[in-house]
Amino acid sequence: MNDTSNKPDSSRRDFLTKSGTVAGAAAIAPGVFLTTPAVAKPADEPITADKRWGILVDTNKCASNCDACVTACKEENGWGKSETHSNPEQQSQWIRKVEIRNKSTGFAATLPMMCQHCENPPCVDVCPTGASFKRKDGIVLVDKHICIGCRYCMMACPFKARSFIHEDLQDQLPWAPRGKGTVESCTLCVQRVDNDGTPACVEACSAENHNALIFGDLNDENSEISRELKKNDSIELRADLELNTGVRYRGI
Amino acid sequence: MKLALNYREIEGKSTGFWVLLGGLGLLSALAFFAFLYMEHSGHHVTGMNNQIVWGIPHVFAIFLIVAASGALNVASIGTVFGKPLYKPLGRLSGLLAIALLLGGLLVLVLDLGHPDRLIVAMTYYNFKSIFAWNIILYNGFLAITIVYLWFMMERKMNKYYRAAGTFAFVWRLILTTGTGSIFGWLVARQAYDMAMLAPMFIIMSFAYGLAIFILVLMAAYKWTERPLGDAVLFRLKNLLGVFIAAVLYFVMVYHLSNLYATEHHGVERFILMDGGIYTKLFWIVQIFIGSLLPLAMVYHPSIGKSRPAIATASLLVIIGGFAQVYVLLLGGQAYPLDIFPGYEVVNSSFFDGVVNSYSPSIWEITLGIGGVAVALLMVTVAVRVLRFLPETLADDAIDPHAAKAD
Amino acid sequence: MSYASVVRRITGLLFAALLLLPLAASAEEEAENLPFSDLTMTEPDRHFSATEECVAPEDEMRRNHMNYILHQRDDTMYEGIRTPRYSLEECINCHAATDDQGEYLPVNAPNQFCSSCHTYASVSIDCFQCHATKPVRASRLNGASSGKAPYPANGPVAGSLRHETLPVLVSEGNAQ
Repeated sequence: MNDTSNKPDSSRRDFLTKSGTVAGAAAIAPGVFLTTPAVAKPADEPITADKRWGILVDTNKCASNCDACVTACKEENGWGKSETHSNPEQQSQWIRKVEIRNKSTGFAATLPMMCQHCENPPCVDVCPTGASFKRKDGIVLVDKHICIGCRYCMMACPFKARSFIHEDLQDQLPWAPRGKGTVESCTLCVQRVDNDGTPACVEACSAENHNALIFGDLNDENSEISRELKKNDSIELRADLELNTGVRYRGI
Repeated sequence: MKLALNYREIEGKSTGFWVLLGGLGLLSALAFFAFLYMEHSGHHVTGMNNQIVWGIPHVFAIFLIVAASGALNVASIGTVFGKPLYKPLGRLSGLLAIALLLGGLLVLVLDLGHPDRLIVAMTYYNFKSIFAWNIILYNGFLAITIVYLWFMMERKMNKYYRAAGTFAFVWRLILTTGTGSIFGWLVARQAYDMAMLAPMFIIMSFAYGLAIFILVLMAAYKWTERPLGDAVLFRLKNLLGVFIAAVLYFVMVYHLSNLYATEHHGVERFILMDGGIYTKLFWIVQIFIGSLLPLAMVYHPSIGKSRPAIATASLLVIIGGFAQVYVLLLGGQAYPLDIFPGYEVVNSSFFDGVVNSYSPSIWEITLGIGGVAVALLMVTVAVRVLRFLPETLADDAIDPHAAKAD
Repeated sequence: MSYASVVRRITGLLFAALLLLPLAASAEEEAENLPFSDLTMTEPDRHFSATEECVAPEDEMRRNHMNYILHQRDDTMYEGIRTPRYSLEECINCHAATDDQGEYLPVNAPNQFCSSCHTYASVSIDCFQCHATKPVRASRLNGASSGKAPYPANGPVAGSLRHETLPVLVSEGNAQ
């Protein structure tokens, strides 16, 4: 090779450019394909069964003197304030903090309890009118337009997730209608989820920097919740009933 | 030998009749006002809450509905099994079945959170729900029994009444199975979730229905001064004894099965030992007063032949039946749900892990009693207006052979 | 026809006309009486003329509004479709009236929008046992803002708590 000129070596430059491009593409491409950008569902599009919403509760991170999730749920959905005639056992409770202790080992834990949004919900099976139903994306709701207030779903729920409204209500929030004589429970903040948001309890727990609640799409392998569920052990409550709940707990 | 039996309406002119009508009407009216109050204010005026979801109204409703199905038993024995002694009692049996069912359904519907949406319950069905099936079964039972009565009471339709009676018999077995399954198919609660509850409810229906039938029969014949012979009455009371024994058997198997499974020890200990009011109601009222005592009375050689004793025994069975439904329904709810097996709940704002208490309000009790009153009111009016009761049930009119052989 | 009967007829007609006079007078006023009744229909705060429609022309709305609402409620509950056009919340955002102080009146209060026609037609509705009766969020329809509602329509997420509000509420809750 007779190349004593000071011309830049085009073949080496080409090689570096090309390999650099390929390397760069190889580095970025997985990012492009693996993470799907979060796109808000358009308001006029129906939900599909592609997603299944769930929550992972890490009881190790849940603080026993904190109930930010309960307060946030009350503010978002408007319960816990206007039921002045009902006694405490009659008042609604969509989410509650429970402290438990293992009878044999003495291990203590604290955790929030709400509707578990089962895949095979007993409440949906027993509702005579079909008012208690499961949406395609896994959220279990009560259609209060056809709820006759028989409370059979409350008898059937293994988690006592449902509440009956015992008095007339005023000043309901427009995004969370609730009324006398019907049954209600945690809606997984469906009004937020449909607009690409997260439930109020999850948001509150993050705001408090406990991060004990993770919300996400259980059908998406790459969502944070799926990755966490795959990495560390978690359980369903009352797993013996084989309900395949959408809410799972870690640390108990 | 064909027995000519004459059915006649009761006279219905005596003071006693009007007092009875007035009293039952007053109780029904009070129940109606109690319903209006509960529906207007909301259930916060009742003793029911998010922990004890079904209360006294449901105890009354379930008792009446179960008894209604059993009340048809007498007619079925006459029609389906061909026993001649029961045939004259068929019309009253059908009437009582309809009346008790309507009384029970009335209480159930009026206690709903949205009784105005009854039409929704009759048009939107979730066929996986046994409750929805029960709505269809109850309405069907009413229709079938009315047809059965019609066939029994109209001469030219008499040839079809066997078919209607058999159909009604099968239908009400399915209905009572459905009623028992309302509880038996609840996987969540330790006291329910047992397939045996369905046949147990069938046997309970036999006992309660017959006890109510005997009382109504005795009262109707005594107050209208029509003869009621021993042949009929003793047959019925012996049958009642059989049914009481059968109920005792089912209760025993239910508890023995639960006691065997360690996971159900909690609720068994609660009902049988620790449950306070529920334990007392179970042992004293359901078992002793409601089953053992009437069983002894009915089969005692001399006591069992006295009319006051038979009436008392029937009444005790009814009281025991109420206690049984109360213990099952309310005891099953009072005992806390075991959401975290192996753990105890230290603290919860929603009363997890604690025994729930229930104190019924006057409104619920009035509504429940009103259901009974409406049922009895219907029977009283019906026997006055139509020919349900035979003129005589004396031994020689019913069965000449029985009169001779004593 | 006899003279007497003609006189009777004309007197009758004049009498009837006299009776109808108040109707003619009140036709000029803002709140018109519904026929044969002293119920008035409250005009909504936001007015659309007969040609410019919001959701649908007026007579179509009068005849079919219940069908739109019934259809939309199933779409929202079961399919998660939350379009503003037939949303009950948006109906209230437009049709709720304010009192002299500028406070919203419940839309099902006597003589307010829903009640006036419904009382007249004797059709009872139980929507407001559960649904809010006053505007809480600004309307998303036609891009217009009702301006008086507490929350803006295009907040971060509809109905979300703002992050600065949450710590205050939590500390209040803990203090109790």
